[in-house]
Amino acid sequence: MGIPLPVLFGQLLLGLINGAFYAVLSLGLALIFGLLNIINFAHGAQYMMGAFVAWLMLTMLGIGYWPALVIAPLVVGLFGIAVERTMLRRLAKLDPLYGLLLTFGLALVIEGLFRNFYGVSGQPYAVPSALQGGVNLGFMFLPIYRGFVVVASLAICLGSWLLIEKTKLGALLRAATENPSLVRAFGVNVPLMITATYGFGAALAGLAGVLAAPVYSVNPLMGSDIIIVVFAVVVIGGMGSILGSVLTGFGLGLVEGLTKVFYPQASSTIIFVIMAIVLLVKPAGLFGKAS
Amino acid sequence: MNLRKWAFVSAFALIAAGGAQAQISDNVVKIGVLNDQSGAYSDLSGKGSVVAAQMAIDDFGGKVKGAPVQLISADHQNKPDVGSAIANRWIDEDKVDAIVDVPTSSVALAIQEITRTKNRVHLNSGAGSSALTGEKCSPTMVHWSYDTYAQAHGTGIALTKQGGDSWFFITADYAFGNALRDDTMAAVKEAGGKVLGAVSAPFPNTDFSSFLLQAQGSGAKVIGLANAGSDTINAIKQAHEFGLDKSGQKLTGLLTFITDVHSIGLETAQGLVLTDSWYWDTNDETRAWAKRWSEKMGGGRMPTSVHAGVYSAVMHYLKAIDKSGTDEAKKVVDTMRTIPVNDMYTKNGKIRADGRMVHDMMLVQVKKPSESKYPWDYYNVLRTIPGDEAYRPLDKGNCPLVAGK
Amino acid sequence: MNRLLLWLIVLVVALAAPYLVYPVFLMKGLCFALFAVSFNLLLGYTGLLSFGHAAFFGMASYVVGHAMTRWGVTPEIGILAGTLVAGLMGLAFGFLAIRRQGIYFAMVTLALAQMVHFFCLQAPFTHGEDGIQAIPRGRLLGMLPLDEPHTLYYFVLAVFAGGCWVVWRAVHSPFGQVLRAIRENEPRATSLGYRTQHFKLAAFTLSASLAGLAGATKAIVFQLASLTDVHWHTSGEVVLMTLLGGMGTALGPIAGAFVVVAIENTLAELGAWVTIIQGAIFVLVVLLFRRGLVGEALEWLRLRAARPSPQGK
Repeated sequence: MGIPLPVLFGQLLLGLINGAFYAVLSLGLALIFGLLNIINFAHGAQYMMGAFVAWLMLTMLGIGYWPALVIAPLVVGLFGIAVERTMLRRLAKLDPLYGLLLTFGLALVIEGLFRNFYGVSGQPYAVPSALQGGVNLGFMFLPIYRGFVVVASLAICLGSWLLIEKTKLGALLRAATENPSLVRAFGVNVPLMITATYGFGAALAGLAGVLAAPVYSVNPLMGSDIIIVVFAVVVIGGMGSILGSVLTGFGLGLVEGLTKVFYPQASSTIIFVIMAIVLLVKPAGLFGKAS
Repeated sequence: MNLRKWAFVSAFALIAAGGAQAQISDNVVKIGVLNDQSGAYSDLSGKGSVVAAQMAIDDFGGKVKGAPVQLISADHQNKPDVGSAIANRWIDEDKVDAIVDVPTSSVALAIQEITRTKNRVHLNSGAGSSALTGEKCSPTMVHWSYDTYAQAHGTGIALTKQGGDSWFFITADYAFGNALRDDTMAAVKEAGGKVLGAVSAPFPNTDFSSFLLQAQGSGAKVIGLANAGSDTINAIKQAHEFGLDKSGQKLTGLLTFITDVHSIGLETAQGLVLTDSWYWDTNDETRAWAKRWSEKMGGGRMPTSVHAGVYSAVMHYLKAIDKSGTDEAKKVVDTMRTIPVNDMYTKNGKIRADGRMVHDMMLVQVKKPSESKYPWDYYNVLRTIPGDEAYRPLDKGNCPLVAGK
Repeated sequence: MNRLLLWLIVLVVALAAPYLVYPVFLMKGLCFALFAVSFNLLLGYTGLLSFGHAAFFGMASYVVGHAMTRWGVTPEIGILAGTLVAGLMGLAFGFLAIRRQGIYFAMVTLALAQMVHFFCLQAPFTHGEDGIQAIPRGRLLGMLPLDEPHTLYYFVLAVFAGGCWVVWRAVHSPFGQVLRAIRENEPRATSLGYRTQHFKLAAFTLSASLAGLAGATKAIVFQLASLTDVHWHTSGEVVLMTLLGGMGTALGPIAGAFVVVAIENTLAELGAWVTIIQGAIFVLVVLLFRRGLVGEALEWLRLRAARPSPQGK
């Protein structure tokens, strides 16, 4: 084949790391779509906000990475809650496409505001000292921080999955998705759950942003660069399926990595090609339930 | 029916509101700074270029031959369609005489066509494409600060001669990146080096890890980054993460400005070898100018060579109007060619028939954090590259204006 | 009588406009208005939200650009070629996309448009980031030079009128009725015996062709075809124009297009604020003015007409 195995493994490992971001982001999107039936176009902007909050905390308040991992998602989550309560709630009874358009508009506003104040050159954010350096795996030099990202993403995805599938709260959430009126009849505060879900989804995006800050430069365009890809991931995985989006996220990261070895120019397009094919062959997504 | 009338009236009111333009009398020299004020190049040009242009106008006295000099500016958002719409409106409606800066080669080429057809001056400080003084050269244009040929020959030849005789390229897969890579490949071969390979990354791109992996695998002594802006920043940061600096391979950003170094941070950027046309900390004259610029920008920043180029170009333009007595584009640019460029930007600049302003470039290396004593103290100047060595010879560019081609 | 007078006024204003207002601005408005009108055929009348319409708009620009710079054809041939290519793309994409509905339909169109974007980025004939520049305005039918802005304006006005007329005819016809039925309740339309998939595909192809017509004309006006034209921001923009103006109304997209173009023009100097304001308009329109400018105006007039007259009691 002409491609030495070490190079292949190296690219696959890198693809896995990318896939980790796709997984966490598509997890949030899938959650939001599953419960609210809204494509959250603002997810990329919320991811960017997470990175910026972490950066602002570092440069203006001297607060470092580890507290930022907790605080930034909280901040973005609160913002998400505010958005849901003031805006998305009003659209609940309408065609879900309005929700898409609203979040699209929000994404433009948020991105524009950050672009206006911070330009697009990107702000540096250093890798936390505990995670600096790298390990020589033989076929490549793996930065410890990137390895941490994979582990952290897996933990987040696993934790979320456990929350949704194995806890009472998660069961309520899933029931509310299937039949909101019935669940409400049982006395459960469905609107509150919806708000909480959107907030949680946004917080996940923000968390991914903090994880990304040391890896990519913190810049206002980081959201719009990645969001379209993440949509494709969610659609391929199955829009309401948590497991689906996580597995697809990691999987597509690997596919992208492979493409970079054999035909780099196609690495941007390959995911969309796959998405178009999946949508035509298995419309509910690889792991989705046909509705 | 009433409702239709209402709708149309309202629609046309909105049209009028958007389309109405103020008319300017012609006894005025109007300069338009067109650049990126919010996107990838907003830090290296952007508002800073507007400030630089205004400084030139103020230092010249605000008037030339009795007519006031006015400045307007706009954001082309790195889009050729936005840029050309603004340029056309400026020329047709706002009586703009000269369009200045214009980074982003795709926009610059569009502006080149418009200014050539409508006979206005184009003073370009921000864009890179050497085609602007090559196949697409124009009699009313001067390419002031840098171009892809100079960047390629500056860094490419210097590094090859220093022992970096095998190269691997990571290219942003668009016209500018490809041109920069091609020019540098030619330069490397000219200096006796070999090109071991090249890989194209999508543009824009955030994750270079896989391309860096390939570069590492090639064993090349120099990894040339044929990209700019956030691509370069990301690639360099990630190269640091992946221990490329420890493996003995040298990384070079083929188009990097001091604002990029600032974004990357000295910790990561140290040791990088770059070609630039001007550095604020070179001598007292440059420092004084930079300080003035910085104050006008609200402090905390230093100008790039693009900003300094805008100042120098506008000054020179005004001098030429003064000497020739007219602001007719062709005559002014011809006059500009008769005056040598000698200011804080360069001491021995001259404008050629193809529009290229030939001046010395400098090869610099980014300081280690311990070497940097004050903010923006980033560069050690390794050597000055004489202008004639840096720029493409006049007869090699295929410019139709050059006699005998 | 009233109607005739109104159309006469419109005609006079349209013909006189380039002498009062910067012609290039008007032409940009007309091209985008046609784009929005074609988009509205799909969204407002058929109920299909395509998030990738820029693919047709932009590809037609590239085709015209290439045809006129490389092959030297006259403008009307170039525009025809662009429209044809867009139509064929519409047929192909539509065939793939209409198998899904609602959000999924939008996502498929987005994915397909992204692929077109990357294709245009890589293909040599588009010159990537530089775009196809210096597209000549040419001589219409080989005889009438279009370089002069006023002449060009009348040509663009004619194209715009023609395109709008096609949409108007389509909407006010049995075909249009079926489209509306599909928008209201597709299962019912199917149960009535209509092959809804065929109708949707026809609407999609027609919409794509006219979007191509708009893009091709725009390429001649601006003498430039660039990647912006196939970017998803442009797809979003046409949605914005239609939404802002009022989808499902005839004039809404036209008004919306002119407003958005006017905002872009006026605020070009303010960079990021254009994005912010566009986003804010999206948010406000979706939350408060879902009928859009024209729609709200029509509703206001309707309510006023329905109000009991003061001297009734």
